[in-house]
Amino acid sequence: MSVSPELNPSVPPPEVDPPPYDIEDVSVAPLIPDEDDVQSIYVAPNWKLIWWRFKKHKLAVFSTVVVLMIATVAMFPGFFSTQDPNESDAKELFIPPQRLHFFDDGSLKLYVYAVDGVRNPETLRMEWQTNYEEKIYLQLFARGYPYEVLGLIETEIHLFGLADPESDETFHFLGTDRLGRDQWSRLIYGTRTSLSIGLVAVIISTILGIILGGLSGYYGGTLDMIIQRLIELLQSLPAIPIWLALTAAMPRDWSVEQTYFAITIILALIGWTTLAREVRSRFLSLREEDYVVAAKLSGAKEARVVFRHMMPTMYSHIIASVTLAIPVMIISETFLSFLGLGLRPPAISWGVLLQEAQNLQSIALAPWLLIPGLAVVITVLTMNLMGDGLRDASDPYSH
Amino acid sequence: MSQYIIKRLLLLPLLLVIFSIFAFVIIQAPPGDFVTTYIADLAASGSSIDQAQIDALRDRYGLDQPMYVQYYKWMSRIVTGDLGFSLDWQKPIKELIGERIMLTIMLGLFTFAFTWALAVPIGIISAVKQYSFLDYSFTVFNYFGVATPTFMTALILMWIAFSKFGVSVTGLFSPEYIDAPWSIERVQDLLRHMWLPMVILGLDGTARLARIMRANLLDELNKPYVEMARAKGMSEWRLVLKYPVRLAINPLVSTIGWYLPLIFSGSVIVATVLNLPTIGPMLLRSLISQDMFLAGSIVMIYLFLAVIGTLISDILLAWLDPRIRMD
Repeated sequence: MSVSPELNPSVPPPEVDPPPYDIEDVSVAPLIPDEDDVQSIYVAPNWKLIWWRFKKHKLAVFSTVVVLMIATVAMFPGFFSTQDPNESDAKELFIPPQRLHFFDDGSLKLYVYAVDGVRNPETLRMEWQTNYEEKIYLQLFARGYPYEVLGLIETEIHLFGLADPESDETFHFLGTDRLGRDQWSRLIYGTRTSLSIGLVAVIISTILGIILGGLSGYYGGTLDMIIQRLIELLQSLPAIPIWLALTAAMPRDWSVEQTYFAITIILALIGWTTLAREVRSRFLSLREEDYVVAAKLSGAKEARVVFRHMMPTMYSHIIASVTLAIPVMIISETFLSFLGLGLRPPAISWGVLLQEAQNLQSIALAPWLLIPGLAVVITVLTMNLMGDGLRDASDPYSH
Repeated sequence: MSQYIIKRLLLLPLLLVIFSIFAFVIIQAPPGDFVTTYIADLAASGSSIDQAQIDALRDRYGLDQPMYVQYYKWMSRIVTGDLGFSLDWQKPIKELIGERIMLTIMLGLFTFAFTWALAVPIGIISAVKQYSFLDYSFTVFNYFGVATPTFMTALILMWIAFSKFGVSVTGLFSPEYIDAPWSIERVQDLLRHMWLPMVILGLDGTARLARIMRANLLDELNKPYVEMARAKGMSEWRLVLKYPVRLAINPLVSTIGWYLPLIFSGSVIVATVLNLPTIGPMLLRSLISQDMFLAGSIVMIYLFLAVIGTLISDILLAWLDPRIRMD
């Protein structure tokens, strides 16, 4: 008579234990890369689970790709730009954007059409017409003006450049501004400044927030009360007038690097409070957990208890909130520089570029000066989507 | 409940004093003072001023005294209602900001009404018709709204209005009404110009508010009492509006208090771009020229509004949600 395999002693027991419940109920089941290896969810470390959940959100993944592309441009601005961003040319004011064309009579050749300038006798303004007869040929990885990669290696190779480096023609993908400076190159260099200010300010405020929030949550008592009052005070200040006042307080004869540094500090000083509150509330609840008490009783020093046991629970949350805070800082810097209080020329950031487009006359004459605003929107949008995806993936309560 | 309110009201003056010190220190922080800026301006325009006059100016405005003495004098004047004298405009500050404050508040209130009138229906429709085309388009609009800085919206709308409609939308009044006394025509002119700043300022808040409204309403719509009402035969829209919406709106109402300072500070950028005669651009200019009485007064007003706003917000929250009171 046949006996079921579990009771038949001659049938070896199955090598893999069946999962305790139907695998279809587990929310991460569809994420496992290799369907046969169902065991992997049980041994996967937390970051792998988060990564699988993150991959599920196609929009977040796409946004991350875009953010990485923007970051690449920010790290190698010299390579992507076509002209020295500070070089002004009085003969080339307010040239409209010149479109890049790819096919010349069937073969793959890059070119832009030249523009001829005609001075309008009534307004004395230069008006530019595209000359469809004359083509300026470009090539990839061309030689152009010298620059330094990451400040170390000097080179002359740019992504786009003239096919004939000796000629003195110029081309402007995004046009020029009122001083004849190439807007494409300025946008690229501005990317580097705006992104790095956002990153540095967020790092500073994150460190401040973790330290003060951690101290507040871990020790409690009077220290907690003092820090809490301080946080409340800072949070009830209206941000914009305070920013204006602080940035107006910067002496106008400071160098570009000094103002850069000062802006970073100012932005960070107002931004740390939210993270501090979250860290504090987490720590307050974690303090009483069994494993923390056990660690303390085993003789672990306080630093070890905090960093080895309590902090890891916050890592994913911190990463998500850092990613969401960077766009806020980018917008803040942009608007401060736009008002003339943040970075000032000759520094180049998106805000400084947008300052050229501050009034109706500029926009009416040269609407392409608004393109840095598009850069801001795209960057902020993609970083927000990426941050939302990270936050949803790392939040254990949303599944 | 009343104990909570009394506690907060008592803290109010203390908070204002701390903030005023903060504001004063920040205003004073740039090296030099109004006189140095004045001298620089004179030098730039070609005239000059001799040392005796400089000393006389300093003495007249009390600029050479230690900071705490200046602060004390300034505070004691504010408390009696005298906001001081603007060095830059050479006019009493009360006169300068009087009309501007009124315009700022009007703009703020209009924006507030616009934001709510738009956001609540959008939120309701998004929730009731979840995942429909309407919902997705609102979501996209919301994401873009949050990503675009306010001044970008201002610049873009200004450009569109100018290039497509040939309308120059700067300022709050047409040229003939700028300094005119108040009349019906002036009010009408004001309303005609008010719509663009109102839309710009409102769009940002609308996006956020609609999102929250949608999330809240979605939570409510899944509750059993909604199914019960449907089973009993209530028409869909009537039942949605009568019960879940009222519950979903509660948390939003408590955020009203935050709106006041937000709208006033947010309008600084838009006002600068559109050249509106509100408080924002005046603050900017006074900060740059170090007209410390004017700047200090305006910052004080902002801080005051912020504190009042927070207070209203907290009181509303405590009133609506009993859990908060058990602090």
